[in-house]
This record gives sequence, C-alpha cells and structure tokens, in this order.
Amino acid sequence: MSTPWAVATSDGAVPMTKPIKPADLAPVDGPLYAPHKKVYPQSVAGTFRNIKWALMAGCLGIYYLLPFVRWDRGPDAPNQAVLVDFPNSRFYFFFIEIWPQEVYYFTGLLIIAAMVLFLMNAIGGRIWCGYLCPQTVWTDLFYAVERLIEGDRRERMKKDAGEFRLPRALELVAKHTIWLMIAWWTGGAWVLYFADAPTLVKQLATGEAPFVAYVWIAILTFTTYTLAGFMREQVCVYMCPWPRIQAALTDEWALNVTYRHDRGEPRTSVKKAEELRLKGLPAGDCIDCAQCVAVCPTGIDIRNGAQLECIMCGLCIDACDNVMAKVGRPTRLIAYDNEINIHRRQEGKDNVYRLVRPRTVIYAAIIAVVGGVMLYALATRSFLDISVLHDRNPLAVTLSDGSVRNGYTVRLLNKRNTQRSVTLDVAGVSNAMLHVVGTDTVVEGQPLIAVGPDQTAELRVLVTVPPGSKLAKSTSLTFRIADAAESARAQDHFILP
Amino acid sequence: MAEHRDVDAVSGTVTTGHEWDGIKELNTPLPRWWVWLFYATIVWGIGYWIVYPAWPTFTGYTTGLFGYSTRGQVEADLADLKKVRGDKAGTLAAVPLADIAKDPALRTFAIAQGKAAFGDNCAPCHGSGAAGAKGYPNLNDDDWLWGGTLAEIHQTIEFGARSGHKQARDSLMPAFGRDGILKRDEVVAVANHVRALAGLPTRRGVDVDAGRKVYAENCALCHGDSGKGNKELGAPNLTDAIWLYGSDEATIIDVIANSRASVMPAWSGRLDPVTIKSLAIYVHTLGGGN
Repeated sequence: MSTPWAVATSDGAVPMTKPIKPADLAPVDGPLYAPHKKVYPQSVAGTFRNIKWALMAGCLGIYYLLPFVRWDRGPDAPNQAVLVDFPNSRFYFFFIEIWPQEVYYFTGLLIIAAMVLFLMNAIGGRIWCGYLCPQTVWTDLFYAVERLIEGDRRERMKKDAGEFRLPRALELVAKHTIWLMIAWWTGGAWVLYFADAPTLVKQLATGEAPFVAYVWIAILTFTTYTLAGFMREQVCVYMCPWPRIQAALTDEWALNVTYRHDRGEPRTSVKKAEELRLKGLPAGDCIDCAQCVAVCPTGIDIRNGAQLECIMCGLCIDACDNVMAKVGRPTRLIAYDNEINIHRRQEGKDNVYRLVRPRTVIYAAIIAVVGGVMLYALATRSFLDISVLHDRNPLAVTLSDGSVRNGYTVRLLNKRNTQRSVTLDVAGVSNAMLHVVGTDTVVEGQPLIAVGPDQTAELRVLVTVPPGSKLAKSTSLTFRIADAAESARAQDHFILP
Repeated sequence: MAEHRDVDAVSGTVTTGHEWDGIKELNTPLPRWWVWLFYATIVWGIGYWIVYPAWPTFTGYTTGLFGYSTRGQVEADLADLKKVRGDKAGTLAAVPLADIAKDPALRTFAIAQGKAAFGDNCAPCHGSGAAGAKGYPNLNDDDWLWGGTLAEIHQTIEFGARSGHKQARDSLMPAFGRDGILKRDEVVAVANHVRALAGLPTRRGVDVDAGRKVYAENCALCHGDSGKGNKELGAPNLTDAIWLYGSDEATIIDVIANSRASVMPAWSGRLDPVTIKSLAIYVHTLGGGN
C-alpha cells in the first residue's frame, strides 16, 4: 500500500487499491467482457460549468456558422471565407489561398496543433479533453438535451429502471428526435465546408444536392448520434489514444484535477467531523457526499487519484465547491493541483506553481518557431512559380545542321487572380536559342506567355545550341520567368548526345 | 478456469485464472460492445463470401451475388473510356488533318491518343521516345527521308516504306559493289567524296576527285548534284549531320557496296484511320515537323 492516504481511510471509502477477497468476487457475466455501466451525470452549476458552456457555445457557433462567412476574392474566385475546394484543388482560408503543392502549411499547422495540445497538457493536464474535444462538446450538448427532457440524474436512473409506459416512450422519441436533428446539422455543416454554403443549403432543401453530400451528411449524422448519444465516455476510455499518450507526456508539475486528500481525509460526515474537531481530533473536509461522483461525466471517483478515465473537465470541482460552501468549509477541496503541493502542505510548506519550466518553455518555443517560419513563408511566398522537367527520352537530338536540341516540359504557375503575361528566357548556356512550341508572341527576343488567373500553363520548350559550341556533356541551365511584379527561376541541364 | 480466479494484491485487479510458472494474468475486461463488434466483423466477412467471388470449386469459383469480377471491371472501364472518347474520336475522324491543329482541345486529344498508339505500335523500332536507332530514323530531328509535313508523315504511316503496299513509299538503292557496278577503289573514292560533302575529313591517299566523278555518274540522279537528297525517292540528304547507319568510312562503303533498304510496315488495315491521324499529329509535334 504505497498510496499515502489509503492508511487513513475510514470505513465508507473504498480506495482504488483495496484488495477484494476471492470469495467476494461478483459473478460477472463473462470473465473477459464487462457489460457497459451507464453513467448518469448530475447537473451542476459553477465556475467550470460556466467555462464549459461558454466554450461549447463558441466551438459549436464557429463550427455551424463559419461556412456562411463571406470573403470577397474578386469575380473569378469563390467568396466563401473557409472553403476546401476539391474539384479545383484549392483551399481558401480568409486571405490565404493554398495550392495542393503548398500542403506543407498543413504539416506546420499539425505540428503547432500537437505542440499546443502538449503545452495544454503540461499546464493543465487533459483540459483539451475536458473543454474542447469535439467528443466532449457534443456529448455535453446531448446530455443537456437528455436532462431537459428526462430530468436530472435521479429521475433518469429511476425512469431507466422503471416501467416502460407511453409517457416514457414519448420522452424517448422526443430525445432521439432532437439528438438526430443535432447530428444531422453536424453532418450538414460539415459538407458546407466543401462547397458554396448558401448554394448547397438551397440544393439540400430542394433535394438537388450532389449524392456525395448526402452520403457525408449520413456518415456524420450516424457518428455524431452514436458517439455523443451512446458511446460517450467510452470513446475516451476505450477508443482515444490521447489518454495513453498523455500519461507518458505528463510530469509531476502539471495541474491536474486533484482531490486534496491532505485536506479531505479522514473523510467523515458533517456531524462527526464537528464532534471530532471539538475534541481536537483530526477530521477531513470530505463529507463523503459523493457529489463529485454524481456529476462526473465518465463515472469515476476523483478521490481515487489520477485516472485514465478523467477528462479533467472540473465539474467535480464545481460540485464539491457547492457542498463546501453549504457546510461552511473552504472551497477547492478538489482543485487543479498536483501531488507536489499535497506533500508540501502536509509538510507545512506553501504551494508552489511552476508554469515556467523546461517542458513548457520548449513547447512554447517550438510553437513560436514553427508559427514564425510559417508566417514568414506565407508572407514572402511567390505568386509566380516555374517548374521544369527535362525530356527523358531522347535526352538530346542532333539536328541536320549539326546543332543540338534539348526538350523540356515547363509549367508556369500564376497564383494571382488576374491574367498575367510573363517573359521566358534561359541563362547558363551561351548561344542557346529558345523556342516555345505553339507560341509566336515574342518581346525583345523573349517569348511572351499568358497564364490565366489562378491557373497553370504547361509549355513545351525547345532549347537549341548551334554546331561547334564548346559545351560539357551536361551543362547547368536556368529557366527564368518574369513580369513587371515578380520573377521566378528553375534549374535544369542541357545535355549533349 | 473460474475457480482459480484470484485478486492481485498490488493492483486490486481480478485475474483471469491463467497462471504460468506463478505469473498470473490480470483481467482488465473489454466492454461487451467491443465483442459484439468483433462478431459483427465475422458476419460482415461471411456476407463478403456470399456477394463477392470467394471460394474455389473444382471447375471454377463461386461468383457471388453481385457478379463482380476484375475482368468485368476492366471491361466496364474500357466501355466508359470509349464513351468518353466517343465524341472527340468522331470529330477527329471528320476534321481534315491540316485543320486539327486549329482546335487546341482536339489537338491535345490527338497528341495524347497518338502518344499511346506510338508506344504500342512504333516504339519497338523507333524507341519509346522516338529517338530511333541505327537503321531506324530519329523522329525528333528535322531530317526526313520521305518528308516531314503533316501530310507526308501521315502518308508514310498509312502505307509504310517498302512495305509491299501498292501506295507504299518505295525506292531501292543498287548494291553498287555486290552487283559489280562499281569497282572496290571506286566505292572507296565515292565514299570519301560523300564524307567531303558533309564536311567530314577524307582519308589521305584517296582520290576524292575520282569519287566526285563516280558520284555524278551513279549517285546524283537520286541524291542530287550537291548531295541534298530527294524526298520523293527517299534518298537521304548526304550533306547534313544526320546519318541513318553511321558516318564513318567503313559504314558508308558498306552501304554503297551492299545497299540498304529498311522496311516500315503499312499501318492502314492494322490501325483505324483516327489512330493513324493521331499518330501523324503526335510525330509531327515531336520537334522536327515541317
């Protein structure tokens, strides 16, 4: 028994590590598979509940409404602020437009997302899980609906155990209807990110939307309904990898939702505690009311210490604070705290909080560096680009006058929303003559090529070197394009037969 | 098994009852729905056996309710492709060869189709990049035995060269040495004259002037007085840098003495007119089309 407070446990509490005698083993229905124990979280009011409501409103508001935000990009581009345009392979995010070959920005975003998650974990444990994870947000919303229709914890438990009569059936129908409507809207909002939202809404209303839109709405309706309505905390406990990873990433300084057993134990009743205190004997603040257990959305007892199931939503803090206020003891018997401070208090020392430590500094630094590099790359990126591919077969062609010709496939990229004309020339091989197949427009000896707005143009370019040129077997060659505003270049080779 | 079940003192977890040399297995039970999902995948798997081809039999295999086969998939894909190509192939057949380039989309289609057909039919001799080989012309350069205009290329592909087809490109260079028309030293002399025509060095001691006379009497009729060749006869230009068989003296002597007459098959009858048209367009765009 290494758990420090287990020794002090009074009769009622069963600490996590108390061994069960073989004789007391409950007859389980299968030795290896446990039936699902339904969780009935009780409603609670308090600071953390309010934070959760606010974040839920914010997250869902952004998710459901963002597709309708407009952003003017001129006549040739979509005016939806956030749009994943698969048919034209473009991603729009307000003033940013990403081409498929710039997908590395997403890599940067993913790195930042991971680091933000790690940083949150280093500061406040699994606060992502408790406040922002879609599974938590939608489950919370579904619980709110359930509570509205069926009542709070006790009523729900009673109704589930009670007889199945018509009023109960009507309640269930109402609950599942609202759940399905929320789930349907979740899927509906999802597809709006992939097409012009107002148009698609109109198409959905008239039944003229593309088949794939209905498929995705059906998929997300199903997953939302199932995961938020039925699977709930089991997603966190059995499916999600983050609790496992998180356990390996955390350290002793992270502020986790913690039962301050130094203050709470020995737990007893309000009356007994008063008697004990009058006698000058030690009495814990925990009155064993089990409110923390009743409000827990994953159905655990936080007093058993840090657990894989705990999403650190802080609802038990609210529940306990309300009780402590009622019995006239200081609040925050359960709080965002750590074992270090528990031990320090037991030794009569002050709390210490170390938010700045190597772990948080490194995570913050990585976020800053990756974010900075991405911003710099985004701010200085070229809106004109060129890529060149040398013919593989034949590498070189001898012409009848003895001159040598190399062929290239050149692709020009115009990332602006206006048509541009660029000049093309080559450098690095003297006397090289440039011919763009199919283009006769030439300005000052350089072919002039038009590239449409937000488009690419593929050219076949022939470079010919007159006979008698003294060249190496392979000579470096640079293709350059330029218009009044920008220029770009690409390196390749000129090869002799 | 159940009677051996026990409780681990350290973790408080029930064991499964399995024990190996004193090591016991903790039972951390999975949720029951997990097991149901496992059974569901088995049912799903059985469903697969029923609707898709699955089991071998003595004479074949079970075809499944959906009648799916990969061969059928390929056939459906090909049918789709034909449908997609349908309109454009029809247009390509109707539009005259010279006008195809005026429609960029049609030209692109013809080039794509021509490229595929080239890989299937022409690449064995001319190479996948049309760079040719000894005896097989390079189609990327600007030197054409039978003419490099679109119409001329089309005609060559359609009827071939020395293919036996009535309208084939046809000519034959005499085997001047083997047939006894020229003597050995005359052949050597004319070979050196031909090298001189192309600006290549001649062998010391060879009477190039004698070669010029021999050339005028025997070769100029087809290859022209100045050696520029004659596309009507498929007589190569002897003054340029491109040599079908090689420009060294021994090779030229061999060609003059023994003659060369490479054959290209006629493709009409083997390929449909639209494909031949596409091939002509493709070859013309390789870089040397006139």
